[in-house]
Amino acid sequence: MQFMLLFSRQGKLRLQKWYVPQADKEKKKITRELVQTVLARKPKMCSFLEWRDLKVVYKRYASLYFCCAIEDQDNELITLEIIHRYVELLDKYFGSVCELDIIFNFEKAYFILDEFLLGGEAQETSKKNVLKAIEQADLLQENLDFQIRLFPAPS
Amino acid sequence: SRAGFTGPENLSRVNLVLVKHYSQTLYTLYIRSVYHNLSKEAEIKRINKELANIRSKFKGDKALDGYSKKKYVCKLLFIFLLGHDIDFGHMEAVNLLSSNKYTEKQIGYLFISVLVNSNSELIRLINNAIKNDLSSRNPTFMCLALHCIANVGSREMAEAFAGEIPRILVAGDTMDSVKQSAALCLLRLYKASPDLVLMGEWTSRVVHLLNDQHMGVVTAAISLITCLSSKNPDEFKTCVSLAVSRLSRIVSSASTDLQDYTYYFVPAPWLSCKLLRLLQCYPPPEDGAVKGRLVECLETILNKAQEPPKSKKVQHSNAKNAILFEAISLIIHYDSEPNLLVRACNQLGQFLQHRETNLRYLALESMCTLASSEFSHEAVKTHIETVINALKTERDVSVRQRAADLLYAMCDRSNAKQIVAEMLSYLETADYSIREEMVLKVAILAEKYAVDYSWYVDTILNLIRIAGDYVSEEVWYRVIQIVINRDDVQGYAAKTVFEALQAPACHENMVKVGGYILGEFGNLIAGDPRSSPLVQFNLLHSKFHLCSVPTRALLLSAYIKFINLFPETKATIQEVLRSDSQIRNSDVELQQRAVEYLKLSSIASTDVLATVLEEMPPFPERESSILAKLKKKKGPGAVSVELEDGKERGELNGGADRGGEAAIAASNSTPSPSSDLLGLRSAAPVGGPAPSAGSLLVDVFSEAGSAPPSAASEDPAPPLFVCKNNGVLFENQLLQIGIKSEYRQNLGRMYLFYGNKTSVQFVSFTTTVSCPGELQSHILKCIPSLTHTKPVEPLVEGGAQVQQVINIECLTDFVDAPLLNIKFRYGGALQNITLKLPVTINKFFQPTEMAAADFFQRWKQLSQPQQEAQKIFKASHGMDTEVLKAKLLGLGTALLENVDPNPENYVCAGVIQTKIQQVGCLLRLEPNAQAQVAPPPPPTHTHTHTHLCAHALDSHTASVCPSLCGSHCITHCTHLHVITRYCIYVKDPHRVGSSKSH
Repeated sequence: MQFMLLFSRQGKLRLQKWYVPQADKEKKKITRELVQTVLARKPKMCSFLEWRDLKVVYKRYASLYFCCAIEDQDNELITLEIIHRYVELLDKYFGSVCELDIIFNFEKAYFILDEFLLGGEAQETSKKNVLKAIEQADLLQENLDFQIRLFPAPS
Repeated sequence: SRAGFTGPENLSRVNLVLVKHYSQTLYTLYIRSVYHNLSKEAEIKRINKELANIRSKFKGDKALDGYSKKKYVCKLLFIFLLGHDIDFGHMEAVNLLSSNKYTEKQIGYLFISVLVNSNSELIRLINNAIKNDLSSRNPTFMCLALHCIANVGSREMAEAFAGEIPRILVAGDTMDSVKQSAALCLLRLYKASPDLVLMGEWTSRVVHLLNDQHMGVVTAAISLITCLSSKNPDEFKTCVSLAVSRLSRIVSSASTDLQDYTYYFVPAPWLSCKLLRLLQCYPPPEDGAVKGRLVECLETILNKAQEPPKSKKVQHSNAKNAILFEAISLIIHYDSEPNLLVRACNQLGQFLQHRETNLRYLALESMCTLASSEFSHEAVKTHIETVINALKTERDVSVRQRAADLLYAMCDRSNAKQIVAEMLSYLETADYSIREEMVLKVAILAEKYAVDYSWYVDTILNLIRIAGDYVSEEVWYRVIQIVINRDDVQGYAAKTVFEALQAPACHENMVKVGGYILGEFGNLIAGDPRSSPLVQFNLLHSKFHLCSVPTRALLLSAYIKFINLFPETKATIQEVLRSDSQIRNSDVELQQRAVEYLKLSSIASTDVLATVLEEMPPFPERESSILAKLKKKKGPGAVSVELEDGKERGELNGGADRGGEAAIAASNSTPSPSSDLLGLRSAAPVGGPAPSAGSLLVDVFSEAGSAPPSAASEDPAPPLFVCKNNGVLFENQLLQIGIKSEYRQNLGRMYLFYGNKTSVQFVSFTTTVSCPGELQSHILKCIPSLTHTKPVEPLVEGGAQVQQVINIECLTDFVDAPLLNIKFRYGGALQNITLKLPVTINKFFQPTEMAAADFFQRWKQLSQPQQEAQKIFKASHGMDTEVLKAKLLGLGTALLENVDPNPENYVCAGVIQTKIQQVGCLLRLEPNAQAQVAPPPPPTHTHTHTHLCAHALDSHTASVCPSLCGSHCITHCTHLHVITRYCIYVKDPHRVGSSKSH
């Protein structure tokens, strides 16, 4: 996988993860182009499209689009399920996740992603194992009152 | 999904709840900027105020405690993620990641990962912190450090840690989670800096991670192994049997066996896909047992597709089908199991009608590759109606695009008319984004499968009518080339284009084609009073004022041709040329043409005019430049079907030799030497997998003479270069060498283009040209000089190209070719390649025209046995007149038409120019369909020079043979008999002593 973008229906970028080096300017350009392309597509259209020399796989969950760019030999369907597994992980961790969870707990969204995917490849596909790693890290948190990272306890 | 993303539209309702949960600071920042309808400017103002505040905190006298630092660094990240640029805070982040407190460390690493900075001082500090964490033996810290390396992946990090990480990966006491991170971290470093990651001693232990107990470790490690295998297949080949047995265990396991690695009742879908992907780096297993097991797995996967689903969830079917598609990719990659290929095709056929758009899309895509396999091509063709239907009815343009690709791939002689017609009718409504490509495809198919050329002409004119704006120059140039070369279609073309021009609004491209064709062949329809010369002229001229300057220029040329073809139009046309709007046109080109044509038509006699404006001679047959354009557009692999299908081509192209076609095509469309090679490079797979991974282009190029480096020095000059001067001399996974050469008299100049196909620079790059044996005594002089203003650049950057020029002077005849040696370092390993430069004696041929009587008189004079070299060889291919002619011309001689009384024979004449002597050669090629020719007695040679020359010519006529005959089909049908007679004229008698001139 070359990169993953999360953006809202309004086209606001919520999370970006680049697995191959890109200049900042290029990142912005790619993001702008891709967000436009994906938002212009109608709901029943297929989840894959050719874009530049990459394949883009995207799926919409409520107000948020999850969008991955993969290489020619990569598998589209399994990428679609990578997106779904990530959503499941977020959902399980936050307890019915919503866009604002990702906005305000962006660091958690990143940490979960790093446990699941590394270098653009699936590192650990077991939901249990990923969440266990995140929870262990949370236990190391010495100060739960840290002002900017309060979140609702998982139900 | 249970995922309940709440859209911002619901925000007002949940505001109160949120205030409790989220940080007050971030919340107000965010709410104010986004939801309270702040203008963009106000938002930026607000953010800038915040940034100024943070900056002052960081710069303040009071040292910040860890907590505050974390808070502000986190705020910076937040602001960055809102889409604003952040250019400070890195130092504070580095302080954080050196902290012992986990949350501070975590935020520090996150900031560095998201906002990568190449400041070297900073990287030194980061690397220090990472080093500490890696050696901490605390798995959580180690993972954080490894994640950071994997996220940044810079060269500095590779330098610092590429040695350490393999150790962590294979150490017995490393925790599973750390192993997983280490494997993927290493993968990232390898992709960025392959030269720094040396697996050597670890290879076997890394491969054995495929056997690891922990599924997560296997899942992570296999990505690394796949990448390494694709680059060094031999070193990692033991992974094949391990991968097969792992796959077999997963495929045969019950859906609950793998516990949390089962995903919606599908056992380990990610790992299965990765295993199947890894196997695609290799040919089918040689070991019968392993192969049997694998075929069993593939059959099981195909069988499972027919079973009723275990769940209605889309995740279940997606995961299951992901494995299925990967299995089909492997089956296509092997391309050796007809049974599996046909089953795969049937399965995809079912998907073509599936209600899921995604599956239809993928089935179309996958079938495209199946269409190029000889085993499944016919099976794919049975779905033509479904695919045509998809092209017409799919609502999603990307699916329609796939359908169009598949139609293109499944097209052959049997269905070409239907497919071209469907594509043409689709073009009328096609999306703008894909029109140009569709036009190219239609043009290629029409040309490739044209049996009757009137159909071809109709198709292209329709193309211009329907999608004129998208018809590139290549397309209309091509139709003109073909019409000029095929006299059976010229009358039809003139008639059709004349009719097409009747339309009140016709596309400018139609006017161009019309102007050209009527100018050349208008006479063929001038007998009909409805298309009399004057009617033709008036029709063309009625379009004149609506056209752009280049088209007008073309029309002016058509007018002067009219004056030559139809003297009765002279007065009218001269009147037009003389008008102010022409002769005083503000455009220099138009004005010049008007003035010159007017003058030409007034002062030149009919004979002179007829000579100047003689009908265009046939174009040399060559590969369609349209194909090159499509290749360029679609990138490597996209038109592989085209190349695969060698047997079918040649009808129109006159069978340009297949090996060099990309090269020739590229040079057709782009004249300058450097852009040539760029064109080539875009057609070549850049940094792609080894040929075994199915890249057909690689195969094709390898036939153009790129032998493996070790063998190259023994081989003679690649035969294909005997008759042509440009192409790819050598190509492997790292390097491509393109060549372009020109010769005049006894001098030559050769441009070599060294292209680095990797993303990594070549170090210590040197090239030397040497002349072995006799050449050393300056028989042939080769003086390399670099065109760069700088001396030889020892570094060739990744993806870059370096050009070198070699000047060559032929002193006297020679046999051996000079050697080119290339040395460079790639990833620490020294690469040493020796190639023969394709300099052969025939390059110095100067064609000589002569009449029949002259030829035979000379032929008889050269009757001494030592003046003759004969060669009889089998043609391995049906002989195409045009191909043979092109080859003989390529040899450098003049092809003498109407000289030999037997029209089957070809005769040529030329003089080899060397510095001290000239060698006149007469050549006669006698194809013998009966294949009864007995080999002549070996000629005996007394004279040294004659001997040498004979030898040279002999070996070259010999090497012409395979290229004469094309190198693919093995249909023996004819014999060829080549006789060459020659004489030597010595320019400098002192040097050659008593050599006689004949």
